Amino acid sequence: MRRLSAGAWRARGGSALGRGLLGIYLSALVLLPVSAVLAKSTTGGASAFWREISNPEAVAAIKLTLVVSAIVVVTNAVFGTLIAWVLVRDEFPGKRIVNALIDLPFALPTIVAGVVLLALYGKGSPMGINVAFTRASIALALLFVTLPFVVRSVQPVLHELDVSMEEAAASLGAGPATILRRIVLPSLTPAIISGVALSFARAVGEFGSLVLITGNLPFKTEVGSVYVFGQIESDNLPGAAAVSIVLLLAALAVLAALSVLSRWRSGHVV
Amino acid sequence: MSSSASGAVASARAPLVPRSRAPSRAADERARRARRLGLRAIALGYLALLLVAPVAMIFYRTFAHGLAPVWHAVSAANAQHAFWLSLEVVAIAVPLNTVFGIGIALLLERGRFRGRALLGMLIDLPFAISPVVVGLALVLVYGKTGWFGNWLAANGIAVIFSVPGMVLATAVVSLPFVARETIPVLHELGTDSEQAAATLGASRWQTFMRITLPGIRWGVVYGVVLTTARALGEFGAVSIVSGRIEGQTQTLPLYVQDRFENFDITGAYAAAVVLALLALATLLAMNLLTRHTRPGEAVT
Repeated sequence: MRRLSAGAWRARGGSALGRGLLGIYLSALVLLPVSAVLAKSTTGGASAFWREISNPEAVAAIKLTLVVSAIVVVTNAVFGTLIAWVLVRDEFPGKRIVNALIDLPFALPTIVAGVVLLALYGKGSPMGINVAFTRASIALALLFVTLPFVVRSVQPVLHELDVSMEEAAASLGAGPATILRRIVLPSLTPAIISGVALSFARAVGEFGSLVLITGNLPFKTEVGSVYVFGQIESDNLPGAAAVSIVLLLAALAVLAALSVLSRWRSGHVV
Repeated sequence: MSSSASGAVASARAPLVPRSRAPSRAADERARRARRLGLRAIALGYLALLLVAPVAMIFYRTFAHGLAPVWHAVSAANAQHAFWLSLEVVAIAVPLNTVFGIGIALLLERGRFRGRALLGMLIDLPFAISPVVVGLALVLVYGKTGWFGNWLAANGIAVIFSVPGMVLATAVVSLPFVARETIPVLHELGTDSEQAAATLGASRWQTFMRITLPGIRWGVVYGVVLTTARALGEFGAVSIVSGRIEGQTQTLPLYVQDRFENFDITGAYAAAVVLALLALATLLAMNLLTRHTRPGEAVT
C-alpha cells in the first residue's frame, strides 16, 4: 500500500481530538494499570521481588500453573486439530450445530463453566467421577475454557488446504500416516502453534472456572491466579504484584516464542 | 513391494487388470471410511464429554424439580439486583468499548505512525493478562492507596468497590474484541470509496457515517456480540474491584459464586442457567453473523 500524505493520513486516522481521547482511554484502562503492577512489584527493590516470588507457596502455585497449562495445550493441539479436521473434511447430520457449539466456552461465563463441570464431574456425579479439589479438576476446567483456540485457528487453514496434494501422494502409494506427517501437518503447524500459544496465555491467567472446582488448596490445587487473588485479599499487594508479573511474563514469553517458531516453520514449509 | 510386483504381472495380462485391482480399491475405500468414522467418533465423543454433557446436566439438575423453585430462586431480591447490576455494567462498558474499538481499528488500519505495532500489542494485552491481575492493576491505580486514590477521595469519587470500578474492569477485559473484529473488515473494505466520497466534497464525518460505517457494520456487530458476552460473564477482575457486597456490588456471576459457596445450590444453578441461556443466545447471534462477516469460514 502506498504511503499517504499527512493530510490524507489525518483524514483516515481520525481527528486530533479523537486520537487524544483514545490515548486517554487506553492509558486509563491498560497503560497506567499495567505500569502500576510493575511499579508495585518492585517497590522494595529486587530483593523484595525475589523474596515474594520465592516464597514456597508462590513457587508451588506458579509451577503448578505452568505444568498443567503445558499438559492442557498439548492435549488441545491433538484434539483441537482432530476436531477441526472432522468439522472441515467430514460430513454428518448436525455438523452445523457442532460447529457452533465449539464457541460455547467463549460465550459461557467462566464461573458458570466451573459450576457446569462440577454438576457432572463433582460430588454426586451421575458418572461416578469426582474430580473436585484434585489437580485433575484444574486440567478439566482449563481444557473446557481453552477448547476453541486450536480448533478455530486450524479450521480456516484446513479449509483452504488443497486436497489434490493429498490425492497425489495417495496415488503415489503414500499411506495415511505418511500423508498426515509429510503433507497435512506441515501446512497446519503454524495454525496449531498460534492456537496453542493463545490457549497457553489463557490457561496461565484463568481464574473464574477454577475457583469453585479446585478448592484452592495451597501446595495442592492452588494455581497462580488464585494465589494472586489470595494475596490481594490478605492485603499483600507487593506479593500479588510480583507473582502477577511472573505470570504475565510467562504468558508473553510463550506467545513471543511460539510466534517466532511459527514464522520460522512457515518460512521453511512455503 | 509385493503388491507392485503383482500389479506388474497383472498388467502383463491385460484383461485381468480391472478385476485384480477392484477388490484392493474397495478395501482402500473401506479403510478410509473406517478411519473417517473413527475420527468422527473421537471428536464428537470428546466434545460430548467436555462440553455438551456438563451443560445439559446443569439444565437437567436445575429443572429436575419443575419451574417453581427456579422461579423462586431467580426472583430473590439479591438475584434480581445482581441481574440488573450486570446489565447496568454491560450497558456502560460495551458502548464505550464499541466507540473506542472502532477508533482503535481505524487508527491501526488506516493510520501510519510510529509506535503502531506497540499500540497493537497494547490492545491485545488484556488477552494475555489474568483477570485477577486486571483487578489488582485497577486497585493499584484507583484504589484507596493507589496512584489516584488521594485525588479521587478528595473529590468524593468512588471507583473501587463501586460501579465505576466494575465498569472499568469489565471494559479492560473486553477491550480488544471490537477492534480485532473490525480491523480485517476495514482492510477488506479498502479506501477507494472513502477517497471518492472525499473527492466529491464529503466531510470526514459524512464519509465515515455514509461509507465506512455501513461497510464495517457486520464486523462491528460481531465484535459487539463478543464484547457483550465477555462483559456479562466477567468474574475475576470484577470480583476484586467490586468488593462483592451482597445486594450492592454483586453482579450475576459473583452471585453464582456466592450462592454456591453458601450451599444454596438451587440459587446457584438458577442464576447459572440464566447466564448459560444468555451465552447460548450469544452463540446463536455469532452463528447468524458469521454468514455476513466470514462467508469463507462458514461450514455448510
